[in-house]
Amino acid sequence: MEFLRPASWAEALELKAEYPDAVPIQGGTDVMVEINFDLRRPARLLDLNPVAELSRWSTTGGVLRVGAGMTYTSLIRELSADLPGLAQASRTVGSPQIRNRGSVGGNLGAASPAGDSHPPLLAADAEIEVESRARGSRLIPATAFYQGVKRSALAPDELIRAFHVAPATGPQYFSKIGTRNAMVIAVCSFAIALHPRRRAVGTGIGSAAPTPRRAGAAEEYIAAELDWDSRAALDPRVVARFGELVAQAASPIDDVRGTADYRRHALGVLARRTLTWAWHEHMRERTTT
Amino acid sequence: MSIRVNFTVNGSAESVDGVWEGESLLYVLRERMGLPGSKNACEQGECGSCTVYLDGIPVCACLVAAGQVEGRSVRTVEGLADGDRLDPVQEAFLECGAVQCGFCTPGLIVACHDLLARNPAPGDAEIREALAGNLCRCTGYEKILDAVRLAAARRAPRP
Repeated sequence: MEFLRPASWAEALELKAEYPDAVPIQGGTDVMVEINFDLRRPARLLDLNPVAELSRWSTTGGVLRVGAGMTYTSLIRELSADLPGLAQASRTVGSPQIRNRGSVGGNLGAASPAGDSHPPLLAADAEIEVESRARGSRLIPATAFYQGVKRSALAPDELIRAFHVAPATGPQYFSKIGTRNAMVIAVCSFAIALHPRRRAVGTGIGSAAPTPRRAGAAEEYIAAELDWDSRAALDPRVVARFGELVAQAASPIDDVRGTADYRRHALGVLARRTLTWAWHEHMRERTTT
Repeated sequence: MSIRVNFTVNGSAESVDGVWEGESLLYVLRERMGLPGSKNACEQGECGSCTVYLDGIPVCACLVAAGQVEGRSVRTVEGLADGDRLDPVQEAFLECGAVQCGFCTPGLIVACHDLLARNPAPGDAEIREALAGNLCRCTGYEKILDAVRLAAARRAPRP
């Protein structure tokens, strides 16, 4: 094995171009588990810790650009107001020790359907910035990034540099099912984002299909049903229908963490709950402004 | 092939040769440097027994690749006591009976040490949240919570 330590982003791209088989390592919370258990023996590790810019964020033209190496702990501390859905999901990742090392970039690189950051990224229309030395950088919408179980649109010579997402303009919520409140790989998870200005709703389903995915029909239905201008309470029948449509958008399997039937049922519950939380927050906003 | 790793451990500059590229910081500490305080249990970040400070931040040493600590600073449970004088967190664990088999203790001590540095008067919910990544199979955690409360009380400035 070879241990590659680029001192800069440009050097990291050089090394990835030269050694497309190099496995990038940031917090190590996935990669090191595989190495410790002898599940993977990469020919090369590409350590991205020294590339300091990856752990920073900035705002350009009203859009956040968050470095792929920013840890969950930093994200919770610095971006909870702008990205409440992703911050909530980040709080449910592993334990303090894991959140101190793990990053959204690592979650994206692993592309597990159970990754906690995926549903809120989908719900908030995030785009993933990837780059190669040969072809430069490109932005991939989150919806196109996930391509299969632990497979993404990332090419072998590319690295994940950042994700781009607009700061929240409405309520965002995330919820997940697990056996305790820490160290949980989601049985299933769900994120919702209300976009009141364009009267749209974003969603993200986790751990209930080969990839994280949106519930498109549920989004269109609820965006049309919500009474955006009034402070009207939600019609329970509409909430129930939303839950059904979210559950229908999943294609879960039976595995050690839960059955397909349970996942479908639980997703409906999570969808109804998070919608209710989000709408109540929207109503409060309207009352105070 | 192997690499050399230069880093600071408990305040002392160290250089370790012959490190395998896929090796964890935990392995280097325990097997190459004679620092067995950090315990090796799950090797997947689930149990917290190997918790150490990396540049002042608590992490699972089993999930840090050895090469990633080049030029950085690590503080292990061995680096908390001041000579023969135990850290208040260590004393509190002993006095409260928060140590049974002792395997989880070093990781819990580091996690508690960090918690009290960040939050000198944590509430019970904050203690539970801070220790959520450290498993103990003996104590049922109640005596560990007692120890954190005792250490916090002792650290608090006298009125």
